[in-house]
Amino acid sequence: MSANKRPLSPFMIGPYYKPQMTSVLSITHRATGAGLVVGTLLLVYWLAAAALGPESYKHGQAVIGSMLGQLFLFLWTWALFYHMANGIRHLFWDAGCGFEMEQATKSGWWVVWSSIILTVLCWLIAGS
Amino acid sequence: MSLRTPLALVRGLGAAKDGTHHWWMQRVTSIALIPLVVWFVFSMLFYSRVEYAVFQHWLSKPLNAGLMVTFLVTVFYHAKLGMQVIYEDYVRPEWAMYVALLVTQFALFLLGAIAIISVLKIALA
Repeated sequence: MSANKRPLSPFMIGPYYKPQMTSVLSITHRATGAGLVVGTLLLVYWLAAAALGPESYKHGQAVIGSMLGQLFLFLWTWALFYHMANGIRHLFWDAGCGFEMEQATKSGWWVVWSSIILTVLCWLIAGS
Repeated sequence: MSLRTPLALVRGLGAAKDGTHHWWMQRVTSIALIPLVVWFVFSMLFYSRVEYAVFQHWLSKPLNAGLMVTFLVTVFYHAKLGMQVIYEDYVRPEWAMYVALLVTQFALFLLGAIAIISVLKIALA
């Protein structure tokens, strides 16, 4: 049988596998990573606006300060903290720590809560 | 059609000798990004909303400009490595994967260049 005709294991998203907390966190890591890449557009826009002088800097601040801009920035903040926290979790795995199911679930919840708390904390500081 | 197995076709060609480089650089950039992201977020909490002169003064300090450029280089390199893995896993047929990869690479390089030039322009103004 040629290599490209061999049966493939079904894709993780779909009716084949029951979603688990750890698998949902795993795909969220990729989703937030891709989302952050799109978010760099906002960062580059802002820096470029600042480079063009005070006028466009002000305009850039207004764009980011708008409702839509703030919503994007809020989601971006959460994605950033999530990706960072889960990235640290991955680094511990790379070092060979925390592979037991119980530990992986625990560190997973740690990632979820720390990303939420850090995001809220950031926006509380920004709002004050 | 060849009767030789796919494995036989590549045997003896040798390894590319850089199989672990992608994986390793992803880790190196991710470790570097931990302190850089913390610095960036803390700085932006304040400096994203100040007047132009204050922002310009802040970014014109060599340490801040240096950190910002380092942050940008690391972010865009890490982004390229990460997007590559996503495309390699999910985008088929293969040519579409290469197209997506090339377009993303070019776009990320350009975005990084624009961002860094902007920082330098502000810092050296």
